[in-house]
Parts: sequence; structure tokens; C-alpha cells
Amino acid sequence: MKEQDYDSHFSVPYLLILPSMIILTLFLYWPTIQSVILSLYRTAPFGARRIYSGFDNYINLFTDPVYRASLLRSAVFVLITIFGGLAVSLILSVLVNQKLKGIKIYRTIFFIPYAISPTVAGSLWVFLLNPVAGHVNYFLDLLFNVQVPWLTNGFFAFIAIIIATIWKNMGFNIIFFLAGLQSIPDSVYESARIDGANSFQIFRKITIPLLSPTTFYLIIMNIIFTVFQSFGIVDIMTQGGPADATNIVIYKLYRDMFVNFRPGLAAAQSVILLILVLIVTFFHFRFGSRGVHYQ
Amino acid sequence: MRKSRKDLINKISTHLLLMVISFIVLMPILLALSVSFQPRAQIFSYPPSLIPDKLYFGNYINAWNLVNMDRLLVNSLLASAIVMFGKLALGVLSGYAFSHFEFKYKKTLFFAILFTLMLPMQVRVVPLFEFVSKLGLANTYSGLVLPFLASATTTFLMRQHFLTIPTSLMESAQLDGCGPFRFLFQILIPLSGPTLAGLATVNFLVMWNAYLWPLIILNSDEMKVAQQGVKMLFTSASERDWGLIMAGTIMVVIPTLIVFLLAQKFFVKGIATQGLKE
Repeated sequence: MKEQDYDSHFSVPYLLILPSMIILTLFLYWPTIQSVILSLYRTAPFGARRIYSGFDNYINLFTDPVYRASLLRSAVFVLITIFGGLAVSLILSVLVNQKLKGIKIYRTIFFIPYAISPTVAGSLWVFLLNPVAGHVNYFLDLLFNVQVPWLTNGFFAFIAIIIATIWKNMGFNIIFFLAGLQSIPDSVYESARIDGANSFQIFRKITIPLLSPTTFYLIIMNIIFTVFQSFGIVDIMTQGGPADATNIVIYKLYRDMFVNFRPGLAAAQSVILLILVLIVTFFHFRFGSRGVHYQ
Repeated sequence: MRKSRKDLINKISTHLLLMVISFIVLMPILLALSVSFQPRAQIFSYPPSLIPDKLYFGNYINAWNLVNMDRLLVNSLLASAIVMFGKLALGVLSGYAFSHFEFKYKKTLFFAILFTLMLPMQVRVVPLFEFVSKLGLANTYSGLVLPFLASATTTFLMRQHFLTIPTSLMESAQLDGCGPFRFLFQILIPLSGPTLAGLATVNFLVMWNAYLWPLIILNSDEMKVAQQGVKMLFTSASERDWGLIMAGTIMVVIPTLIVFLLAQKFFVKGIATQGLKE
């Protein structure tokens, strides 16, 4: 740390921070605190009057089968998306971690979906999966003679938003896996090869364990943004349907606030999400550098 | 000789494999592009065609007019540019405070800024909407951009970058009677090109791609942003006019792709060093 530079200007650092602090306090801290307060109130129907109701909103949520189903659905969604997404990304990262002419072009191509917005990703996949003019069903029909009701059947709609989310977030995972792979020294691979290990053994016994800090970090980040960022994808592809099959927590929150006009209930859902974020972050800091392999 | 031949075959097969995978990864964009240039009759023909018979621009013209694409794109561009500059400006200032000054409550304030990373839009959206509406800023540019203007990530990364600039520079600047603000503007910022470019790209794209907040705070058609345009294409196009919907989607994604490809190097670096999404 540098010490007492510019010590004659004692107010300067506060002035420098002030603009950021004003914005962060007004638009981040204040609304978050308000979320907590609002979650303890209910709004009288057809009126702006708010009535203190203690933990009623929370009790209502946790006794509501729709919300519980939504929580469970989100957990399954997050698990499958992360597991599938990380597996696909890892394989692609290993493929583009080779010394090959033009390899940068492939890397760029794999990053592209990450720059694209969830809304656009949703729109592209709705088209691909549509039963009339979409190409996915055409090829499935051609190859396996099946027609999949992608967005009209609950189970397949759920799979559809998972596919779109994995596709969209792949680039982020690849950037980190690639950085992780490049930090593994060549000498490790060479000595394994001299000891007679084959490619698969090297991948399982060396690459995966040495990548575990990266993987851990990616799991944490993926939890956070699969929960939050999937809003755009869901809103374009399924609007939570059919019959709630893709109604994940973030979408339910939005609907309770802006369609059903129940701010107290929506705020309580925000607070539950906030607590989840804090728990995940706690794990990140608590175990981030432990129990995973660093060289 | 045999070894090099085996090498060559290996290289070619790796290239082939990577090409096939690249094609699959880009498939959603390529097919959207293809369909956007096809007239309705070709889109609904069976089997679906992969390549348009001839370039048909009708979908683009119709999509442009249907959702007032010009207005949406201008709104998005303005909002993204404002947020990009705002985040950079505030982030440079606060980052500088934490890298070059010692002051009371420094650690607490630094933590207070970083802690906002735990407060994604979704956990505060309900009161934020009420608060911004009460300020009379619903459906305005100010209401759209204000909540995004400051960022923990930008502050943190600017601080990290400023810390890498040798102290000797500052000492000699001080000796020459260079004040703290002149030091920042004439020495630190000119030395920060790539970091600023990386953050600018990421911040621009974060705002360009934002959907939830615009959806909530903007309600008149002339204020809406491009991402809302995608949704409007679905709700207002007559019975699944895919050519039109994909043409509109392509128009919304083109600026993203341009910014990404132009600043790819910085973008990847920006992501890799921050590893955070907002």
C-alpha cells in the first residue's frame, strides 16, 4: 500500500468516491433495504394503502405449492444447466487449447454467443425449435423420424430453455477454462506421457483435478447468472409456460409484481433470492481457495 | 517423413472437427440470417431450405417499420453510450481514490462498494421501480440509465490497474508540483488505454443487452430499447412471420456483433480479469 500520498489534499479521495457512492446508495443499497421492508407489508386490493403484515408474505410463499414448485424447478434448471454447460464448455476448451494455425478464429466463434443478449438468444432458439419452419425438428424427423413438441410440451419447453441458456453462456465458461488450461505447464503432460498415460487418463487424472479451482469459480458464477439472467430467455421463449413448466423463480417474481400487482409478495421473493446470493457468495469466499487443487 | 505426414493428417482432422463444431455453434445465427432473406413461401416450404433462393429484403423493411426499429436502435445506442461513459468516469475516479490515497474508512468504503456486487437488479427491482417512478423518471432516459451509472467492477478493476503503475512516476510528478487531478488526467489515464477499452466494451454490451429494467421502466413505444423490440416482434408480427421476426432479431444483434468483433481482444481480457456479470 502506498502511504500518505498527496496528504495535503485530505478531502480529495472522498470527493473522488462521492459520485459512485451516491449512485450506489440511491439505486442499489436503498432499494435493497426497501425490498426487505416492503416484504413485510401487503397492499390492500385496489388501493395504494399498505398494511404491515409481518412475515405473512414469507409464510404465504413457503406454503404456496406454486412457489415451492418454482423453487424446485429453478434448482433443477440450475443444476442441469451448470452440469451440461460446464461439460460442453470443457470439451470445447480442450479442443481450442491446441497449437494450431487459425485456432484464434475458432475461439472467437465459441465466444460469440456470450456477447449476445438473452432476448436475442431466446428469439433465435424459438425459431430453430418451432415445429413448422424450424430446422431442428426437420433434422430430427429426417434422422430419427420423431417430431418433438419443443415449446408446447412442458418437459420439452424446460429442455429448450436449458439448451438456449447453455448455448448463450458457453463462451464465458470457455474463456475461464482456456485460461485455466493454459496455466497447466506442458512439463506435467510430458511426464505423464513418458509414464505411459493415454489421452483419456491424462484428461481425467491431470486436466480435471488441476482445473478444479476454475471449475469451482465457474460453478459459483453460473449459479448466480443462471438464476438471474435467464429472465430474457424465458420471457421470449415460453413466458413461464406451458402450464408453469418453465416458471422459474425470477420469472414468477416479475409476474407477481408487474402482472399480478402484489409488490409485497414480489419483494419477499427478492429477499429470498438475496439470501441465496449471500449464501452462495459466502461459500465462494469460505471455500474458494480450499479443498480445490492449486499447484 | 512419416511422422510429419501423420502430423498433417492430425491437423487436418482437428480442423475439420473444429469447423463442424463452429458451424453448430453458429447455427442459430446462420439460420436466422438465412431465413431473414427468404420470402414467406420459401420459409414454409418443405423441406426447409438452408440457403435463400435470392436475397429478399422485404422482411427487413417490414420489421423495421413494424416496431420502429430506428427509434429503438437510437435509444439503445444512447443509453449504452451514456452508461459506458458514466461507469468509466465514476470508476476511474473511485478507483484512483483507492489506489493512490490513504484515508479514514478506506477499507470500509471499499468493501461497501464491492458489496453491491451481491445486489443484482432482480433483488431490488420492485422498490427501485417505485423509487425511480416517484422521482418522476419513469419512461425517461435518466430513469433508464441512472441505476447503472456506477459499478463495483469498474471501480475494482481501475484500482487494480492503477496499482500496477510504478510509484516512482507519482513521486516525480509530485516533486514537479503536479496536483492529484493533473496526475490522474495527464499520466494515469493515458497509461490505461487497454484497460479502459476492455471495460468500455463490456459495459456497453451489458447495457445494450439489458432487458428486465428497460421492460419495467419504459412504457411508451418511442422510449423503448432494441431488446424490447425483439419481444415486440413476437407480439405484433402476424401469426409467426419468421422471416420478419428473424430479420428484426438480426438487426438487434448486429451492433452486439460489431462491438464484440472490433474489441474482441479487450472484451475477452475484460471478462477474464473481472469474471463478473452485472
